[in-house]
Amino acid sequence: MVDRRLACLGVAALLCILAYMTIGLRGNIGFVLALRATKLAALIQVSVSIAISTVIFQTVTNNRILTPSIMGLDALYLFGQMLLVFLLGGLGYAALDPQLKFSGEVLLLMALAAGLLLPMLKHRIDMGLMLLAGIILGVLFRSLQSLLARLVDPNDFAVAQGASFANFNDVRTDLLIFAAVLTVVGVVIAWRARHVLDILALGADSATGLGVTWSRTVTGFLLLVAALVAVSTALVGPVAFFGLLVVAVAERIVDTRRHAMMMPAAALTAIVILVGGQTLFQHGLGNSSTLGVVIEFAGGLAFLVLLFLGSRK
Amino acid sequence: MIRIENVSLKHGAASILYDISLDIPKGGITALIGPNGAGKSSLLSLIARLQPLQSGKISIDGFPVDKTPNRDLAKIIAILRQDSIVTSRLRVRELVGFGRFPHGRGRLTSEDHAVIGQSLQQFDLTDLADRFLETLSGGQRQRALVAMAFAQGTDYLLLDEPLNNLDMYFSRELMRSLRAIADDAGKTVVIVLHDINQAAAHADRIVAMKAGRIIADGTPAELLTSETLQRIFSFDMPVITIDGTPVVMHFR
Ligand SMILES: Nc1ncnc2c1ncn2[C@@H]1O[C@H](COP(=O)(O)OP(=O)(O)O)[C@@H](O)[C@H]1O
Ligand SMILES: [Mg+2]
Repeated sequence: MVDRRLACLGVAALLCILAYMTIGLRGNIGFVLALRATKLAALIQVSVSIAISTVIFQTVTNNRILTPSIMGLDALYLFGQMLLVFLLGGLGYAALDPQLKFSGEVLLLMALAAGLLLPMLKHRIDMGLMLLAGIILGVLFRSLQSLLARLVDPNDFAVAQGASFANFNDVRTDLLIFAAVLTVVGVVIAWRARHVLDILALGADSATGLGVTWSRTVTGFLLLVAALVAVSTALVGPVAFFGLLVVAVAERIVDTRRHAMMMPAAALTAIVILVGGQTLFQHGLGNSSTLGVVIEFAGGLAFLVLLFLGSRK
Repeated sequence: MIRIENVSLKHGAASILYDISLDIPKGGITALIGPNGAGKSSLLSLIARLQPLQSGKISIDGFPVDKTPNRDLAKIIAILRQDSIVTSRLRVRELVGFGRFPHGRGRLTSEDHAVIGQSLQQFDLTDLADRFLETLSGGQRQRALVAMAFAQGTDYLLLDEPLNNLDMYFSRELMRSLRAIADDAGKTVVIVLHDINQAAAHADRIVAMKAGRIIADGTPAELLTSETLQRIFSFDMPVITIDGTPVVMHFR
């Protein structure tokens, strides 16, 4: 039995996808459809990976305000990417197969994320400090990245992403297949772990008491989050507040934190906002490049609201 | 049996527990009493492997807590911490259902549902089962947490100040429920209590801690004398006996 609210979200997502594929079809229909299908695949992957990674990250850190991108994980990804270009550029790194490079970047991000975040989680530092650390790390890695960008060979530079904000119009389709495999594997792992996530949400002590080995489990989930963040950042660039917005909206729609509900609800909400928004901006409002800005604005507002509500509790 | 041998604990330079050795045989209710900061919660969290053992040994039914897989321990021993806070938006029934996690890793069988129903009933929660936790009073939430620990179905139950927030009626009900599960189901309950008269009325044995050491250990009748209580709590309180149960007049 599927929950009614989840079913509504599913129908809404399906309608958005249909609209995205069919509105304003002109010219060589076969060609346009193929082009749209590719971009749609990317948008769905981005939606799902951001939604799932945010839900898991919030559960693992036991908060509703932090997201992987607020903690600077996407900045870390871009930094790692630039670092690889910088260190290996002379060795013909730039000419390597993009999928191979992407796998290297994913692994590097997983290692860096685990190295940075695990100590913070282990010492159970409080939310305010986490937030501060995240902002500082984000700025640090963005600056390091732009420093490295100035140092690398201009020919190599083109390989790394220049963009410092998301562009949903211009997705990296060359990574699509590989990213799809990662996303699907990640989603399967997350779905199978939905009950464990419910238990982790009770906090480290309760989880231990119920037989979940906290540090090993949390390490696994952080690696999963890092891989999913790598997918979305590689495809469209960093998205600061989208995950936060999506999870906050989804939680209010399904009115529970059970992961069997939350994860699909968040993923579907993300698809509705991203694919629906893209359709709206492409056909209704003319300029599709502004979607990123609008989503970030709404997400930023959601962040402030949550912060405000949280501080009053 | 819970066997604690030469356990010491330090936080940085501060010693919290000094060379504690204690056997808690299977069955019955053992009350842990002592002033704030005596180390009662620390001892419980070591038994329940919520913090790593620094020195000494602890075993439960022969299983060393630092070497036995976490999953297996979760089927032997359940703990309710003193300051459990649940931030998730959950219904009472869902929370109690989490107690079954060690058995099916989250998939609930009809047997699990039966246990959940029984726990809800045992702790007077049947009417509240579909309420969200944040809509409950502190005492109702506390009962839900105890019910969750009970639903875990373990032989050993560690409860750290479960009477916090409970009114007189529900304090008595909870202690009676614990008495019932100890007598009928053969459970072993270790409970931290501040209400010494609850310990007097319901516990089989009282262990008193002070400043990281066990300083008294015995049946309520043996332990609850003015002299011993003076030694534990550092003030004088008269003890009278009503119907064979010692009553400590600590409030005057
Ligand atoms: N994480 C910690 N770091 C430092 N000191 C601690 C920590 N936890 C407990 N303590 C100290 O250990 C002592 C015993 O605490 P606790 O076991 O909670 O006592 P009780 O439960 O008997 O009131 C107290 O003095 C407390 O300050
Ligand atoms: Mg305590």
